[in-house]
Amino acid sequence: MSDESPVAAAEEHIASAISDEIVITFDDVNKWYGEFHVLKDINLAVRKGERIVVCGPSGSGKSTLIRCINRLEPHQDGHIAVNGVNLDGSVKNIDAIRSDVGMVFQSFNLFPHLTVQENCTLAPMWVKKMPKAEADAIADKYLARVKIPEQAQKYPGQLSGGQQQRVAIARSLCMNPSIMLFDEPTSALDPEMISEVLDVMVELAESGMTMLVVTHEMAFAKKVADRVIFMDFGEIVEENAPGEFFDNAKVDRTQLFLSQILAH
Amino acid sequence: MASVDSSSADVIVFSPKASKPPPATTVGVLGWFRENLFYSWFSTALTFASAYLIYITLAGLYQWGIADAVWDAESRRQCLDTSPHGACWAGIVTWFNAIIYGRFPDAEQWRINLGFIILFLWMAPLWFPRLKGKVGVGITLVLVYPFLAAYLFAGGERGWFMQFMVIFAITTFINTWLHIALSLITGRTLKEWIVGLTGFADKHERLHKYPNLGFTAIIFAIVFFILNDWSLLAVNTNLWGGLFLTLVIAGVAIVTALPGGIVLALGRRSHMPVVRISSIAFIELFRSVPLITVLFMAVTMMPLFLPPDVQLNKLVQVIIGVCLFAAAYMAEVVRGGLQAVPNGQYEAAKAMGLTYWKSMNLIILPQALKLMIPNIVGNFIGLLKDTTLVSIIGLYDMLGMLKATGQNPIWIGLHTEPLMFGAMVYFILCFAMSQYSQSLERKLKTTL
Repeated sequence: MSDESPVAAAEEHIASAISDEIVITFDDVNKWYGEFHVLKDINLAVRKGERIVVCGPSGSGKSTLIRCINRLEPHQDGHIAVNGVNLDGSVKNIDAIRSDVGMVFQSFNLFPHLTVQENCTLAPMWVKKMPKAEADAIADKYLARVKIPEQAQKYPGQLSGGQQQRVAIARSLCMNPSIMLFDEPTSALDPEMISEVLDVMVELAESGMTMLVVTHEMAFAKKVADRVIFMDFGEIVEENAPGEFFDNAKVDRTQLFLSQILAH
Repeated sequence: MASVDSSSADVIVFSPKASKPPPATTVGVLGWFRENLFYSWFSTALTFASAYLIYITLAGLYQWGIADAVWDAESRRQCLDTSPHGACWAGIVTWFNAIIYGRFPDAEQWRINLGFIILFLWMAPLWFPRLKGKVGVGITLVLVYPFLAAYLFAGGERGWFMQFMVIFAITTFINTWLHIALSLITGRTLKEWIVGLTGFADKHERLHKYPNLGFTAIIFAIVFFILNDWSLLAVNTNLWGGLFLTLVIAGVAIVTALPGGIVLALGRRSHMPVVRISSIAFIELFRSVPLITVLFMAVTMMPLFLPPDVQLNKLVQVIIGVCLFAAAYMAEVVRGGLQAVPNGQYEAAKAMGLTYWKSMNLIILPQALKLMIPNIVGNFIGLLKDTTLVSIIGLYDMLGMLKATGQNPIWIGLHTEPLMFGAMVYFILCFAMSQYSQSLERKLKTTL
């Protein structure tokens, strides 16, 4: 990262408000795509208010890991529990978890046939059965929070990538989730737009949201993360507080990875 | 790259250049002609050759169809005697009524006209911009109107079910137009009016449906009181024919093909093996068989599968056959549309907690169907033309009536003119559908 980075490394780490309550547990989780063993014996406990950054090379299983949390990917072995609800394939459990876990994707995945406002009100109205007026009010609130209230009546295709990703964040927040998952939220953006999305995510972190973020933005990790997880070959290679992780990595694979991405 | 050091004194200030208009050499009518028709000596020669070809074709057609044509004659003999090389439109004029209505009794033809007028009035609200409740109008058009139309066309004794549906359809129609009139004139919907008049406005939104139900019940009762003893003369379906029959078969098939196709396409992509395999079997079976075979089987084999005491109507059998065939074709069009929707849309819908049916109805199908409008309408156009095959199994649709014209002793040998007329009617219908589909595409275009 260069020094012009919006989330400059020099800024201090923002305060966290972690409680003792564990909201996500991975218990010896294994997952295969056909014959390919993509997640190997994953054990992880996430506490309420904790902010975790997951990094690693392509194909290391980091996206798969967070996609297992809302069962976009089913796991074949082990247990995953979210807010005390076991993810065992029961449709009722899955729907309950999905409406409580927000997700932001690399490619935004806004609904192109709906306006920004309608993108935001769709799930509150159809999943939570909220009256339209109330859903509109919530959408306005979160669109203001991601700093694009004036774009509410536009279609996603009329917005820039950074604006679309901020709409996607607002859309997730409209469901009032207790956990937010970010799957490489800035990887598809032009360099000039990355900062506006990261700024919104930093603000979200400051509000005490439990966040799992797959990203390569190491400056963001230093500033926001309570814990950084490094994955390779479907395993958690190393997990540590960001200070330790970046300055004092214990495993040679982590050191190699960090030296490569921080080299320039 | 220039240094962006703010402390330095000699920073170069960047300001973007102003936009310039495009070069003006190729604009205007003359510019267009030069560019497209007389670009070189070769293109000039081609232009003149094409113009000559168009001229001799149109001149011949004009000579035959208009200049030498006979509009008024008693028989084809008289036509030929008057003008041996001209078109004999007198035959079409004489047979016009039969080509449109088939053998439907003259005194009852107003029912067909009324049925189609109601159809257009029922559809009209869908074209009004910014009208609330269009989805409801569309649904009643498909689910309720057909009963009214069926009774208008067939007539006869009404059972209690038909009695209910016909009166319900009229009630819905009155409700719809009251709603439209009020919305257009006052800007408030019928529902808001009723809620306001009955003093329910300050009550909870959940209670608002009761005054509306009451209002509907009152209209229903009035219509029932007026129409209770009213009945129409029964017209056997073997008297149905002409353009009317074509539109009935094509209309029913078009209306059922889309929902049927959607169900089959979703079934084919289902994770449930029984649903998937039966959908695949149905689609592949019907797509692998020519429509004419399906029609013959519908007429000859369907009775074998039904209890012997069930009386079948040939028209109903044919319509069922056409509908199944059309649904199988439509299923593959819809499946193409479903596959064109990016996977991320499915994932985003899932991640928000939408159930399968909600994500299909709200997210996936609207996008898939929009992408497929050209193919869907293309299928409808094909379907309209395919209905001409029913003339082979002895139904007198428009093509059947046109062929019958040339077999009548007085007009024997009159084949070209009826077919020209038929071609024109089909062209108007299909071209209208095609234009409508293009305007729909433009209207629904949102940048993806």
